[in-house]
Amino acid sequence: MTLFGKRSQYSTVRVRKRDMPDGLWVKCPGCSDILYRQELDEALGVCRKCGHHFPLGRAERIAQLAEAGAFEEWDAGLRSMDPLGFTGTASYTSKLESHARRCGYPDAIACGRARIGPHAVGLGVMDFRFLGASMGSVVGEKVARLIERSTAERMPVVMCCASGGARMYEGMFSLMQMAKTSGAVARHGDAGLPYLTVLTDPTTAGVMASFASLGDVILAEPGALIGFAGPRVIRETTQQELPQGFQRSEFLLEHGLIDCVVPRSRLKATLVELLTCLVPDNPARAGAAPAAG
Amino acid sequence: MPAYTLPFEKPILELQAKLGELRRFSESQEIDVGEEIRRMEEKIAETRRRIYSTLTPWQKVQVSRHPLRPYTRDYIARMTEGFIELHGDRRYADDPAIVGGVARIDGRRVMLLGTQKGRDTKSNLRCNFGCAFPEGYRKALRLMRLAARFGTPIVTLIDTPGAFPGIESEERHIAEAIAVNLREMFRLPVPIVVCVIGEGGSGGALGIGVGDRILILEHAYYSVISPEGCAAILWKDRAFSDRAANALKLTAGDLLEAGLVDEVIPEPEGGAHTDPEATAARLREAIVRNLDALSSRPADALMAARYDKFRAMGVFGETPVPPPAPPEAPAEPPDTPADTGKDARQDKPAE
Repeated sequence: MTLFGKRSQYSTVRVRKRDMPDGLWVKCPGCSDILYRQELDEALGVCRKCGHHFPLGRAERIAQLAEAGAFEEWDAGLRSMDPLGFTGTASYTSKLESHARRCGYPDAIACGRARIGPHAVGLGVMDFRFLGASMGSVVGEKVARLIERSTAERMPVVMCCASGGARMYEGMFSLMQMAKTSGAVARHGDAGLPYLTVLTDPTTAGVMASFASLGDVILAEPGALIGFAGPRVIRETTQQELPQGFQRSEFLLEHGLIDCVVPRSRLKATLVELLTCLVPDNPARAGAAPAAG
Repeated sequence: MPAYTLPFEKPILELQAKLGELRRFSESQEIDVGEEIRRMEEKIAETRRRIYSTLTPWQKVQVSRHPLRPYTRDYIARMTEGFIELHGDRRYADDPAIVGGVARIDGRRVMLLGTQKGRDTKSNLRCNFGCAFPEGYRKALRLMRLAARFGTPIVTLIDTPGAFPGIESEERHIAEAIAVNLREMFRLPVPIVVCVIGEGGSGGALGIGVGDRILILEHAYYSVISPEGCAAILWKDRAFSDRAANALKLTAGDLLEAGLVDEVIPEPEGGAHTDPEATAARLREAIVRNLDALSSRPADALMAARYDKFRAMGVFGETPVPPPAPPEAPAEPPDTPADTGKDARQDKPAE
């Protein structure tokens, strides 16, 4: 470009994308420190300096929680459709395609059978990178199938949640996934099986107002944004100044929603211990116990 | 005549002004213009019919928010006998944004509850413009469980822009309150008839919206997000609300076509606000008919059908997955049936 022609005296170093898959260096939003990606990955995606928990992709999360080679994915063939023919600034179909290309998988959740320590569980892992892990028909269906099949196979369910809410592009089909998934949780609970949720940054709106809130035990990663409405919406609607730490894991622990805030380094051990204490020795007897409200 | 006019009702208003003139003229001049008046009245009715039969989705949203539209309490007063309001969640407070209580409809006992909007500033402040707090949803659940214990069928009326997005709401866990209602409504062993009578605003509506029959008034809407919210996200401008309303497929007709509601209850010409009596009569007829259809079902069958109804909602494709090739041998053959092909499921509720 001639306009900037004079600048050509400075050399530009271009790093080819495949040399630097996710950026070699990452800036920590917590302490603004520059972190070496490889070191960050070795530290489970947690800043060594300030403890900020970076969001995890599904593969990383599964690798951190499940025993090596012990994750068998279910319902990987489900694909989102465009039931409303939704067109806004871009079509829903083109958004799905671009996210699938960028992320390397077709929708926002991976579900399957996993082994966590000695426990066989149904494991669901949401991935915020795919359209904000919004819940459309595919996410709802996969969650429902995971919970139903785990009920049938008498397994507890561990659900790692992250989501911006319902997927607007599927309209009311999305909203109804809230009911569908909550119904599946009810049946799993009636069968006397534990359902554990792990809330990660961020877990909000339609997902929080359905299966994410319904854990028999609700764990949260430190500093995760958790709530119904987003902070911006609340500020705009009410014109109120939001309290310090509002809607963060620690705030919700203090306000009685969350059972414990667990750093990522202890998450797997905590889940193993919880499962050991909660998975009934005799499921038939536990199933006969009256369902608690 | 309504003191409040929606923008697209302007032609009606103009004709009504002319009619008024005509009447005044006739009185002052003592000239018989009866024929003209009759023709003018016909023309007004015809214009209203024309406008209301071709409402756009965004116009319907405006009708659903009409300040003279009947609200939950108006229907309770017109549809039921012996309503006794029951208050409070026995935990924190009584939320006036959700009203509930026992009543009889055509001699049938019901637990009736619904979201309540205010008619003026004072009542709107009291019931928070129909936006319920967590205690509202917890009160609703308390009353529904009470009904379930004594075999009383449940009727819920939905008219809310959404659950209240505020600090107190979050501090008392509005998301959890809604989620628990969703889960527990599947466990209620009594018939549940849900009707969207005005605004069906997202999770705040669904929080009392799990039932065996989902009805909706003709000009009501039910949406995952408000058109304004959708426009603000997609177009960064609320002025695009009409386009968002089109895109969201939120009208009663759209929802019936999608199999997400069971029945659309027609409103009087010109909308429910022009004739609350007639609207209430139609609503009562639909509620009674649906309650009666459900009343003979055994509780287990009722709950199983309710689960299947919501279980079937959703549209997706399913392609066969090649058997995984992990280093370890697969524990069992892949469960994905090979014959699903491009199976776009959009099951209508099995009833």
